[in-house]
Amino acid sequence: MSATPDTLLKVPLNDLHVALGARMVPFAGYSMPVQYPEGLIAEHKHTRTAAGLFDVSHMGQLRLVGPDAAAAFESLIPMDVIDLPVGKQRYGLLTNDAGGIIDDLMFFRKAANEIFVIVNGACKVGDIAHIQAQIGTRCQVIPMPEFALLALQGPKAVNALSRLAPGVEKLVFMTGGNFTVNTGAESIDVFLTRSGYTGEDGFEISVPAPQALALAKALLAQPEVKPIGLGARNSLRLEAGLPLYGNDVDTTTTPVETSLQWAIQKVRRTGGARAGGFPGASKILAQLAGGAGATSRKRVGLLALERVPVREHVEIQNTAGQRIGEVTSGLLGPTIDQPIAMAYVPPEFAALGTQVNAIVRGKPVPMKVVAMPFVPTHYFRG
Amino acid sequence: MSIKYTPDHEWVKLENSIATVGITHHAQDALGDVVFVDLPEIGKTYAQKDAAAVVESVKAAADVYMPAKGEITEVNEALRADPSLANSDPLGAGWFFKAKLANPADLDKLMDETSYTKYAADNAH
Repeated sequence: MSATPDTLLKVPLNDLHVALGARMVPFAGYSMPVQYPEGLIAEHKHTRTAAGLFDVSHMGQLRLVGPDAAAAFESLIPMDVIDLPVGKQRYGLLTNDAGGIIDDLMFFRKAANEIFVIVNGACKVGDIAHIQAQIGTRCQVIPMPEFALLALQGPKAVNALSRLAPGVEKLVFMTGGNFTVNTGAESIDVFLTRSGYTGEDGFEISVPAPQALALAKALLAQPEVKPIGLGARNSLRLEAGLPLYGNDVDTTTTPVETSLQWAIQKVRRTGGARAGGFPGASKILAQLAGGAGATSRKRVGLLALERVPVREHVEIQNTAGQRIGEVTSGLLGPTIDQPIAMAYVPPEFAALGTQVNAIVRGKPVPMKVVAMPFVPTHYFRG
Repeated sequence: MSIKYTPDHEWVKLENSIATVGITHHAQDALGDVVFVDLPEIGKTYAQKDAAAVVESVKAAADVYMPAKGEITEVNEALRADPSLANSDPLGAGWFFKAKLANPADLDKLMDETSYTKYAADNAH
C-alpha cells in the first residue's frame, strides 16, 4: 500500500485516537494508531497484565448467507465449515490453485445458513472479490463496511466487558454471540467472539460504526482498560506465535510450509469424508501426507542467544555459513525480554533445538529453533 | 560550545576537538522505546555520513551516522546496558559515542538549535 495521507481512509474512531494522543500511521490503506503516548512496551505489558483496547476496524467483515453458504465456503478453504456448530469460531485459510495462501481469516457459524468472516484489512478488497466471483452464485456475499471492529484483550478483559455486558464471561475461547453492551447512557447491540490476536484471553467486538465511539469510551472508562496501538498488537502476536499475513504467510507459502497444517481438519484431508475440493488441494494434501520431506521449507520460531534484535528479511545461515533461509518477523519481545523471530528454513533445520545464525549487519547472531508460542498463551477454555 | 544538529536527527557537542554524538529528542520520540544499541569500536575511524552506531526500538532500527570524519575515542557503556537512556535523557546520559574529529570545522555547516527545531517540525510526518 502506498497511499499518501490524503488518500488514507479513516476508521470510525479516528478522532478518538487523535484525542488520545495516538501516533497515526498508514496501514492497509487506513490511518491507524501505531502507539499512544505511553509507548509500545508499556502498552504491550498492560495487555499482558490487564486489558487493552485495540481498534482493528481496518479489517474486513463479511457475511455469507444462504442454505448453501457453508458448503460453498468449503470450496475456498481447506477447513471444516459444514460441521462447525452454530456459535463456534474457527481459523481459516483462503488458498489459491498453487496451494499458496491468499489470506488467513476467522470464521464463525452464526446460524445454519449464515457464516461471519473476518479477513485482513490489506487483503479485504481482493478477498471479497475472490469470494464473490467463486461462490457468489451459491450464497449471498455481504461485505459489512458499516461495522467497526474492536478487540479487548488481556487477563482482565473479561472483568471489564462483563461489567457492561453480563454473560460474556460464560463464553469460552472461539465461541461468541450477540450481546447488549450497557454503557449507562445507552444500550449497544454487538456481535462478539472470545478470541483475539495477542495470545491472551479476550474478545473481538463487531459494532455498528455509529455506536463504535460510545462503546470504545465505555470500555476505556473501565479501570482495567487502556488503548493499545498496532505496534504492540504486532509484538503481542509475535510472542504468541501467530503469523502475520504479508510477513510470515503469503501467496507463495503453503499451509504446511507455514506450519499451519493444524488448521486443516481431518475431514478435509486424504481419507476424510470431504477430502480435497478446495483450491490447491492436490499440492496441499500431498504435502500433508508427505511428512517433513514434502516441502523445501518450514516456518519456525527462533530465539536469539545474544541480546541483538533480529528483524524481517535478515538472512539465516547454518553454522557452516551457508544461506538456508530468511526471517519474516522479528523483534525484541517485551514480555519474554529476548529477541525472537519467525523464519523459513529447510525441514532439516526445523527440529527444536537446532542452532542457526542470523546475519545482522554482517555479523552472525546465534539463534536456536524453539517451540511457539514464545510466551505461554492464556486462552479461556472454561 | 553550542550543540549542532544533523539532518539525520543527531546532535553533536564539540569540546576540545572531541565531539560527543547522540540522537535528538525528536529521533527518540519517532523511534519509540529504544531496546538495543550497537556502538562503534574505540579507535576506529569513520568518514562523515558513515553509519557508526545502530539504535533500535521494538518496531524499528536506525543507523547513527558520523557527523564528521573522526576517530572513536569513547562509547557510552551505560547506554549499552540500559538503551532506554536514549529515550529518557537523549541529550544527556543517552549519548552514544565520542570522536576526535579530523577537521572540527566540518561541523560549521550543521544546523543550530533554531534551524533544527524548524527542520524537525517540518519533518514531523
